[in-house]
Amino acid sequence: MYQYDEYDQQILNERVAQFKQQTERYFAGEIAEDEFLPLRLQNGIYVQRYAPMLRVAIPYGTLNSKQLRALAKVARDYDKGYGHFSTRQNIQFNWPELKDCPQILAELAEVQMHAVQTSGNCIRNTTTDEYAGVIAEELVDPRPYCEIIRQWSTFHPEFAFLPRKFKIAVNAVEGSDRAATFVHDIGVHIIRNEAGELGYRILIGGGLGRTPILGEVIRDFLPEQDLLTYLEAAIRVYNQFGRRDNKYKARIKILTKALGIERMKELVEAEWDRIKDSATRLTQVELDRVKQHFIDPEYAALENNPAELVNAKAENPAFARWLERNVREHKQAGYAVVTLTLKQKGTAPGDVTDAQMDAVADLSDQFSFGDLRSTHQQNLVLPNVEQRQLFTLWQQAKALGLATPSLGLLTDMICCPGGDFCALANAKSIPVAEDLQVRFDDIDFQYDIGEIDLNISGCMNACGHHHIGNIGILGVDKKGEEFYQVSLGGNSGGRGAASIGKILGPSFSRAQVPDVIAKVLQLYVEKRIDGESFLESYKRIGHDTFKETVYGKAD
Amino acid sequence: MAKLIKSGAFTNDDPWVVVADDEMVQEYNLISLDRWIHQQAELQPLASRGKLGLYLNSDQTADLVAEQCRNFAVISVDFPKFTDGRGYSAARLLREQYHYAGDLRAVGDVLIDQLFFMKRCGFSSYALREDQNEANALAAFSSFSQPYQAAVDNDKPLFNRVSR
Ligand code: SF4
Repeated sequence: MYQYDEYDQQILNERVAQFKQQTERYFAGEIAEDEFLPLRLQNGIYVQRYAPMLRVAIPYGTLNSKQLRALAKVARDYDKGYGHFSTRQNIQFNWPELKDCPQILAELAEVQMHAVQTSGNCIRNTTTDEYAGVIAEELVDPRPYCEIIRQWSTFHPEFAFLPRKFKIAVNAVEGSDRAATFVHDIGVHIIRNEAGELGYRILIGGGLGRTPILGEVIRDFLPEQDLLTYLEAAIRVYNQFGRRDNKYKARIKILTKALGIERMKELVEAEWDRIKDSATRLTQVELDRVKQHFIDPEYAALENNPAELVNAKAENPAFARWLERNVREHKQAGYAVVTLTLKQKGTAPGDVTDAQMDAVADLSDQFSFGDLRSTHQQNLVLPNVEQRQLFTLWQQAKALGLATPSLGLLTDMICCPGGDFCALANAKSIPVAEDLQVRFDDIDFQYDIGEIDLNISGCMNACGHHHIGNIGILGVDKKGEEFYQVSLGGNSGGRGAASIGKILGPSFSRAQVPDVIAKVLQLYVEKRIDGESFLESYKRIGHDTFKETVYGKAD
Repeated sequence: MAKLIKSGAFTNDDPWVVVADDEMVQEYNLISLDRWIHQQAELQPLASRGKLGLYLNSDQTADLVAEQCRNFAVISVDFPKFTDGRGYSAARLLREQYHYAGDLRAVGDVLIDQLFFMKRCGFSSYALREDQNEANALAAFSSFSQPYQAAVDNDKPLFNRVSR
């Protein structure tokens, strides 16, 4: 992974000092509340329901064991002993004190971590495929490009006060979009053109929230060295013309819709035309320098399916099941990609304790070159595990409660912190997830249903990505009471084309939600034609059939 | 009264003031773009002597001024609210695309913690809001010693500026 040089470290140290001073000025009454707001937001600090929340960046989901231990320490020393992995590959702490935040950030800076621009109306953490760098299907490792974007966007002087937040996602696997690039302000697909040159397809104007929209292609091919100048041009257009009068209409998706993609393209291309040969244009030297940080670890020369693995699999069905579900093929023979699921019954999705974090850091040192990933499904990944060690790893992970063989299944749901923590929430989301985990605990039933994305958000802001869940659940407020709206047919783009779910009908009370989901799943089980996924059946049978099943026939 | 920072120090010695469109233009007045467009011929002599300035509202882009920027000794860019970041793009474009060489002034809701970004984008004077602490303001210009990006103050990005 990327190792800071003296410049990166200096920039981060200066940031720590700057925020420390800003916080002191705030406590001394020299900065008004509303003027301190963007300063703390751009350092990852929200004030939410009970306490400030600190969101620490995990740039493009890559971290190492040392960093995870530092996060565990923060959870232990400044929080109530746990952290929450978010759908944007970051980690959130729900209970730190504002006065402690400068110190926390100073400690994190020692392990090259930060909370820079994890919130606020600026360019946020760039996200990508959680399996980047270790799977055969990808064209190239997308992480060097994410790191290049990270550096360029960090304290970008022109874009610190955009109309609204700005999210960029990068994907390098054609046909499988684990980064959900279609629902980002800008989506970057790393591709080759017909001449075999490396470059990008650029999407613009996607997003969730109140008005979910899929991004559209603004450029079919952008040469590799032109990434930053193009981003700068696009965001400059947005900075000048994006709406600032209404925060619900301020994202670039609204501007793109208002102008139309063709006009948007004209504006961006015209802007790009005048800066594309500027000093910001990437050089081969810089591309090579950053790529050097992402070279493979020293893999041993191993065979696929070693005897240890084959035997353990034959002897232990539970292990075999975990292997089938949570372990993925690696590009290197003899290795595997392992997902540790953070979806245990009784804990909120994405939550981990400090002890679990320390233990995962140990597992990563022991089995995966100290390398780790966080995923937008709120799990952790050990990306480089020898196949012959999988059984040993499984036993240890199981003892830690991190080996539920449910990856991609019903209980591997995405869920935002919701009304238990978040000040913006209309309704609680964690108890809904818990009810569903209890109701559908039967693993055989889950296997029968197969892969399905169930996503829960506590409000329109859609941090739980409910629009792109095959089943989406959204908390709504009806005269001060919590209700839930169910939508069907969303797709993040991880399997098949991205789509936005369609609302089923009037909302339900929390107590009704498990029954509603059960009815939906029951219809699928009855009507599916062999091998059909939930989404495929849904498309074939049609939305109305599901609606009738849930609400009864309209006469 | 805002406090003016120019050439790295506070100054009381600055003659420039905004003039409304229905008032008579005098030396050291900042006029609206609209007025310039309509009265260019009569205002040109004042401009040629370096005695005319322009003020831009936050919804007026640099491209509306374009090459005409060279007529003005001072261009002020308004930040009606510190969270309105349009002025940063206006400043960079005036400097980088139209090679504006006069005094580019940030006015309005100008707070300490924007100064570093403003300087990077090409501002050369700052009408700091009056309640802001002066010492902290001057220190804020050097918040970061080697920023990543190219901008007006540093025309190369870090990767082209130093050997990494
Ligand atoms: S979706 Fe709403 S409730 Fe959930 S975390 Fe985001 S803002 Fe809070």
